[in-house]
Amino acid sequence: MAQQINVALVGNPNTGKTSVFNRLTGLNQKVGNYPGITVEKKEGLSKLGRGKKAHILDLPGTYSLNASSVDENVVIELLLNKNDKDFPDVAIVVCDVENLKRNLLLFTQIKDLGIPAILAINMSDRMQRKAISIDIPAMEARLETKIALISSRKNEGFEYLKELISNYKNISTKACMDATVIAPEYFERLKRTFPNQELYKLWLVITHDVNFGKLDRNEFKGVGSFQIESTGTLKRLQQKETIKRYQFINETLKETLFIDTANAKDLRSRFDRVLTHKVWGYVIFFGILLLMFQAIFDWSSYPMDFIDTTFASLSEWMMHTLPPGDFTNLLAEGIVPGLGGIIIFIPQIAFLFLFISVLEESGYMSRVVFLMDRIMRKFGLSGKSVVPLVSGTACAIPAIMATRNIENWKERLITILVTPFTTCSARLPVYLIIISLVIPEERIMGIFSLQGLTLMFLYFLGFASAIVSAYLLDKVLKIRNRSFFVIEMPNYKVPMPKNVVITVVEKTKSFVLGAGKIILAISVILWVLASYGPSNFKKAESLVMEANKGNDISQKELEAKIASFKLEHSYIGIIGKGLEPAVAPLGYDWKIGIAIVSSFAAREVFVGTLATIYSVGSEEKETIRNRMAAEINPILGAPQFNFASGVSLLLFYAFAMQCMSTLAVVRKETNSWKWPLWQLFFMSSLAYIVALGTYQILN
Amino acid sequence: MPTIASLKKGQKGIIKTFSLDLVPLKLLEMGCLPGNEVTLVQLAPFHDPLYLNINGSHLAIRKEIAAQIEIELIP
Ligand SMILES: Nc1nc2c(ncn2[C@@H]2O[C@H](COP(=O)(O)OP(=O)(O)OP(=O)(O)O)[C@@H](O)[C@H]2O)c(=O)[nH]1
Repeated sequence: MAQQINVALVGNPNTGKTSVFNRLTGLNQKVGNYPGITVEKKEGLSKLGRGKKAHILDLPGTYSLNASSVDENVVIELLLNKNDKDFPDVAIVVCDVENLKRNLLLFTQIKDLGIPAILAINMSDRMQRKAISIDIPAMEARLETKIALISSRKNEGFEYLKELISNYKNISTKACMDATVIAPEYFERLKRTFPNQELYKLWLVITHDVNFGKLDRNEFKGVGSFQIESTGTLKRLQQKETIKRYQFINETLKETLFIDTANAKDLRSRFDRVLTHKVWGYVIFFGILLLMFQAIFDWSSYPMDFIDTTFASLSEWMMHTLPPGDFTNLLAEGIVPGLGGIIIFIPQIAFLFLFISVLEESGYMSRVVFLMDRIMRKFGLSGKSVVPLVSGTACAIPAIMATRNIENWKERLITILVTPFTTCSARLPVYLIIISLVIPEERIMGIFSLQGLTLMFLYFLGFASAIVSAYLLDKVLKIRNRSFFVIEMPNYKVPMPKNVVITVVEKTKSFVLGAGKIILAISVILWVLASYGPSNFKKAESLVMEANKGNDISQKELEAKIASFKLEHSYIGIIGKGLEPAVAPLGYDWKIGIAIVSSFAAREVFVGTLATIYSVGSEEKETIRNRMAAEINPILGAPQFNFASGVSLLLFYAFAMQCMSTLAVVRKETNSWKWPLWQLFFMSSLAYIVALGTYQILN
Repeated sequence: MPTIASLKKGQKGIIKTFSLDLVPLKLLEMGCLPGNEVTLVQLAPFHDPLYLNINGSHLAIRKEIAAQIEIELIP
């Protein structure tokens, strides 16, 4: 194997770590998960030149090695474990030139671990505006390292950085300061017991509840006796350590970093004056939300219509062109409509992530957190719940993962529990199709479309149910928790197009692939269930002929009768009929019942299921919507999708917890089955009761 | 004794002491240590949370914590 250097990127949040990663790896990257936890694992390859390659791992942003969250634990677990296959040969500590003082804290800790660490000072393009200059050789000497001054925005300094990586063996592994002076006797004793270990590493092992399963236990046998009993003492030591490190950093910077304050230009305060203003701040935030929804609902409808008709014609084309048989049917009736049902989401998901990533990148999201915190707290939430609730309009899964930076467990739990109420994009196709069937295409006062308003109302309903449930949960849950709310307010920046594009592509891809797999599997299963059945199914033709003997009906009508007889007597028909008593009071027939049950896996399956059920056996492939409009309820003799049953369905989907993946993520994030099961029970009963009431009143 | 919570917008102070149990470690690591300067940059409605500049770092904390951190006002 060619020589490959293992590199870990570490750094504080907002230092541009991800941008550096994108520069080093280009699109040559892979996003996965650490085994067993839902922390994103980003890795990629970088060509260093002269045949050398580096494997780059982008670790979660952290302020120090004193980890306090799952994300941060990942960092220390890796850096403490020499046996991990990702253990870095060299670490790159990314710093922001404007925040060097704070960013260097982590650097001094990494140095203490004896890992060769390159200091990458990012955002060098800002130095001129801020009148900052650095004496690099002096700083290198003080910090016992090599420094690369880089700008991911301008793509400057990366050649040198790659050269440093190639020659990592020349980088010193010496610590740049001595932190053990905070408790000399203690560390002296520790050193006597473990003469061959880095003291700081031992210190971290002792004070952290890291995953020892992965660590070599023998290496650390006996650390137990060094445990620090009282948390008060521990914290005092950690404070001392921090003070010590800052002293060293201050001395270093005094001699190596120069800021000409008279010449520094400050945009931050000018922007903040408006964006965090008591009135304008909120007006602007709601304006941005409006714009976002406009993009998601209005602008994306064009590509969506296109995708819808394309898939309908593709399926028809296959029916006519491919040799007839089971395989063609499976393709044209099962897989293609199922896939169409997921690809149609791409425009909306992409728009949503486009907005979210621009807002995050620009530094604006933190201002929203600041503005909303007090209001959200009234409902048991945190200002940091805004990001999950807004992301929840794309998908609850990344949204629930985004709750991780909420420090207060109660606020975080409530956010996790209520986020699935927000209208995720998987509900959209269900809403859109039903609205177009049952809400008249009229305009109120000639401007507002009634259908658009209905959709807006459903979004509002989603947020309102989230907020109201949060309020109730806040009253019910008996968890005492101190609020340790701290949020960094980064500098304003113009988002980097490359970062935005990569985020949008990655997120959309993982959504489509994740949901796509489920949908594909379900479409195939449904198709099989709908295309086969017990004895009556097999004799369908003769039975229907028998029943219609003497009646004068055309060949076409006969075929339609056979098809619908077959569907009713297929396995799926039998299951559906069994379900009918449960869903009939809500205004649904057995086909909708099947669609609801199968969409328990994921809501968007609803449309795909109906598409599959309806297209099985039908000759012409129309768009799903036309097919649904034509559906007649045999008992009522009227269209199945009428106002009452339509509204009942809309409300059912507004409340029901129809998403297995969300339940799985809630299980992982709360570390117990209690919460997801509770959530499932509560949301589903609420949905059933509301839908029942609505149908009974409207009908 | 004034605390960070009693600062007015634009006012500065020097951090004196605080109870370690009530202030998160993360805040210390972000520069909130005795002797460092703190400026109140902006207030959200209801005087909560507070947007601060501590030792060159910009961050926001809730009033609850801010009221635990004693300071000496710089006139
Ligand atoms: N001016 C300038 N801005 C940069 C540079 N590199 C990154 N940025 C900006 O800094 C901000 C943060 O960048 P990210 O790459 O998301 O930072 P990160 O450290 O990965 O942040 P987290 O994802 O929060 O951990 C973004 O707005 C970037 O556009 C740079 O070299 N110069």
